[in-house]
Amino acid sequence: MALLEVNNLEVRFGLRSGEVSALRDINFTLERGERLGIVGESGAGKSVLGFSILNLLSRPGYIAGGEILFEGRNLAAMSARELRSIRGNRISMIFQDPMMTLNPVLTIGQQMVECLRAHRKISQQDAKRIALQKLKQVYIPSPEKRFDQYPHELSGGMRQRIVIAIGLLMDPDIIIADEPTTALDVTIQAEIMDLMLELCERNNVALILITHDLGVVSQVTKQAMVMYAGRIIEQGPTREIINDAQHPYTQGLMNALPQMAIPGQRLNQIRGSMPPLQKIPAGCAFNPRCEYVMEVCRSQLPEFTSSGGCRVACHLVAKMKLEEAAAQRVEEAN
Amino acid sequence: MIAFLIKRLVQAIIVMFIISLVSFSIQDNLGDPLRELVGQSVSEEERQVLREKMGLNDPFLVQYGRFAVKALHGDLGTSYFFKEPALQVILHKLPATIELVFGATLIIVLLSVPLGVYSAIKPNSLFSRAVMGFSIVGISVPVFLTAIGLIYFFSIYLGWMPSFGRGETEPVLGPWETGFLTVDGLQHLILPCISLASIMLPLFIRLIRAEMMEVLQSEYVKFAWAKGLAPRRIYFLHALKNTMLPVITVGGVQIGTMVAYTILTETVFQWPGMGFLFLEAVNRVDTPLIVAYLIVVGAIFVVTNTLVDLIYGLVNPTVKLTGKK
Amino acid sequence: MTEQVDILEARPSAWQRLRDSHLWHSFVTDRVAQLSLLVFVAFALMALLAPLLAPFNPYDPAQIDILNSELPPSWEEGGDPAFWLGTDAQGRDLWSTILYGTRISLTIGLCAVALQAALGIVIGLLAGYFGGRIDSLLMRFADVQLSFSTMMVAIVVLAVFQATFGTELYQRLAMLMLILVIGIAEWPQYARTIRASVLAEKRKEYVDAARVIGLRPARIMFRHILPNTLSPILVISTVQVANAIISEASLSFLGLGMPVSQPSLGSLISSGFEYIFSGAWWITVIPGGVLIALVLVMNLLGDWLRDVLNPKLYKG
Repeated sequence: MALLEVNNLEVRFGLRSGEVSALRDINFTLERGERLGIVGESGAGKSVLGFSILNLLSRPGYIAGGEILFEGRNLAAMSARELRSIRGNRISMIFQDPMMTLNPVLTIGQQMVECLRAHRKISQQDAKRIALQKLKQVYIPSPEKRFDQYPHELSGGMRQRIVIAIGLLMDPDIIIADEPTTALDVTIQAEIMDLMLELCERNNVALILITHDLGVVSQVTKQAMVMYAGRIIEQGPTREIINDAQHPYTQGLMNALPQMAIPGQRLNQIRGSMPPLQKIPAGCAFNPRCEYVMEVCRSQLPEFTSSGGCRVACHLVAKMKLEEAAAQRVEEAN
Repeated sequence: MIAFLIKRLVQAIIVMFIISLVSFSIQDNLGDPLRELVGQSVSEEERQVLREKMGLNDPFLVQYGRFAVKALHGDLGTSYFFKEPALQVILHKLPATIELVFGATLIIVLLSVPLGVYSAIKPNSLFSRAVMGFSIVGISVPVFLTAIGLIYFFSIYLGWMPSFGRGETEPVLGPWETGFLTVDGLQHLILPCISLASIMLPLFIRLIRAEMMEVLQSEYVKFAWAKGLAPRRIYFLHALKNTMLPVITVGGVQIGTMVAYTILTETVFQWPGMGFLFLEAVNRVDTPLIVAYLIVVGAIFVVTNTLVDLIYGLVNPTVKLTGKK
Repeated sequence: MTEQVDILEARPSAWQRLRDSHLWHSFVTDRVAQLSLLVFVAFALMALLAPLLAPFNPYDPAQIDILNSELPPSWEEGGDPAFWLGTDAQGRDLWSTILYGTRISLTIGLCAVALQAALGIVIGLLAGYFGGRIDSLLMRFADVQLSFSTMMVAIVVLAVFQATFGTELYQRLAMLMLILVIGIAEWPQYARTIRASVLAEKRKEYVDAARVIGLRPARIMFRHILPNTLSPILVISTVQVANAIISEASLSFLGLGMPVSQPSLGSLISSGFEYIFSGAWWITVIPGGVLIALVLVMNLLGDWLRDVLNPKLYKG
């Protein structure tokens, strides 16, 4: 049994103007200790996916269908009490902006101890001992002093270390990290990312890394999925996706990386922008921006096609695979 | 901490200086102290001699200096009507007003926090809608109409509550007599306190609700949920503590408004407090009493604002009480 | 009175422009907003047409007969059909007096808020546009002004004024004084909002563009920034008129506002309060009801406007 298995997940938002789908047909699995990257532009639904795994969507979002199986138990159908025993305990989350994640009026210590004591019957002293130990693990200098300080007394990088320490407090099975370095100075981004990797590796924690940065995904994760307008469009081993992107959107993302640009020339941006949830076009959502758009893309939703270890939702890829197979049959017949 | 106190003290002195200046100009322009003293029967020359003797022809600043020195010694003149030191007359009425404000504050604090928090947590429930409906009606009814309505219904129609005065009071300390210790005193307190609370309560419910709803959308509250904390802890520690910061600031300003509204409430209920006295003094052109009232109210403003700042500083860790933000 | 004319004339053209807007759409679907606006328009008409609607002129001593005093409403026992809401303690027809009182209350409310808005907008624009020292000076001033409660300041100023000039002169100037005091005391509400809007707008490109073309600062502010701050001004104004009417009524109730000879709703209630114990409830209760209804619909409209003009993404 996989550690986490998401089947046909659908998330909707009940807006004033009507219902919109924020996530559709999400399927993936995550094994113990595995690292999965979720990539996409902002608005693709990757953060929504992160929150819905813990069933933490705030109004007006809600899980409209599908299941999220954590060790075989469906998080989407759990009582609030059961969910609470999993959140922060077996699955924890790291948010994007450490400036906003910690409560400004509570001390670091309070915010750590409360998490321990919510999940375990434990004395204040024991909780403090564990908290200090975790602070040491994320290389916070003089943890005793930090323990009694308020968030505003610490730098951004320091705060994100503390958020990570809080995420690790209960030795969880999964950490969901939503753009954990985006809000930080470039100079400490790598530092924080390395720290997270080290800790996940050492404790055999599975990591779901949500990011818009394909570069980071390629360095950190083994599996990856690319999202566009609330759907997965390509998923599989990271190495394959990076080296041989199939979907035109993924290719576009790859070409847009600064490393791929020829010095002195413009970056290769994907033209246009992602449509808002209310205005997703019929057929393949990417069709208005796609260089290789075909007639069928405008009317029909693409099915997944297998390509190597990957699954790709693209009419063009499907067509090419069909032609390839036909050519192969002809070859074999000959 | 000491730096903070010194800074507040300097501010307080400046404010009190301005109030005293205003008060003095009022005294200087309002009514003729000479006429109050000797009546109309004295000849013009004698008046001039008296004016000179009393220093009424001295330059403004000299006269103000004299006024300020006397004021610092607690001498704010003698009430024309009561023929007693004005400050003493005011201070004698102070406890009645303070008890009224205290009772109203009690009602506001005890009701606004739970109602505001509840209607923020469950904004769509029937009860929350009822609370919000009540609060919009509440801010639309002037204090004096609430007071009249309460008197009409509970005193005249039902005959349950007394309609005026403080009732029986127990002496506590010096001029302070309290209505909180006798049944009769409490009965007399109920309606005036409700009236005084009636305009602030809906205001605070709406404020707390709005702030709380905003805080509940914040990242740190989402993170608290992601940590698997109990809802009680999230609502009443994580969210409420942040909600109360702006509420405390607004509350400080509203205390001033409440002092103003005591004048209205005291008038309707003929409550023997400072506000009622002030209005009488205005009608009698009892200048020393008007001035004394202004200075006492100014002092109350300064003290409460300092206290509110102090509390805010203690609750909010991002404000250091060392004088720098 | 001119204020009311302006508002009534401005409405049809504004409605035309709003026909396709979010505001119009929300209005069509919101029963409370419709009812509130209907009631408000009714009040505005009552105020505007008071001389035509009122069967008696409450300011004309020749039409008042003290023998008619304290008559109950016509449906009560002892009522006189000539006075359908009864009469007050001086024998004035209550319906006529309420019509004129509404007119006075609304006029004071609207004029006072017009004054607040004018002061606040100018100061807010100056502070926001120039920034720096001017900004911090003006905003510090606003803080100080706000820390004194409006009611307190108004009571003190009016009390001193009354004591200085005597009751007679005071009564003649009462309306002007009320407008001035309420108008001057609350400008920071506007100034702060406008300043915040200006600071937000200032960063946008079109202001730079306007400056590059060589438009003068004043022109940029009034022609380019002000139209963008209309929504907050509209929302504040609605609530502020309601507050101003309450303030006026409270001051009049204390005897510091409109005199009994020319009563606003507040002074009418005040004069009736003396008779409430002797059973003449209508002199207090009916104008009180009118006052509450007037303020309530303005507050409801204000709430509705705030919800619509600051649209939130979320339903809850």
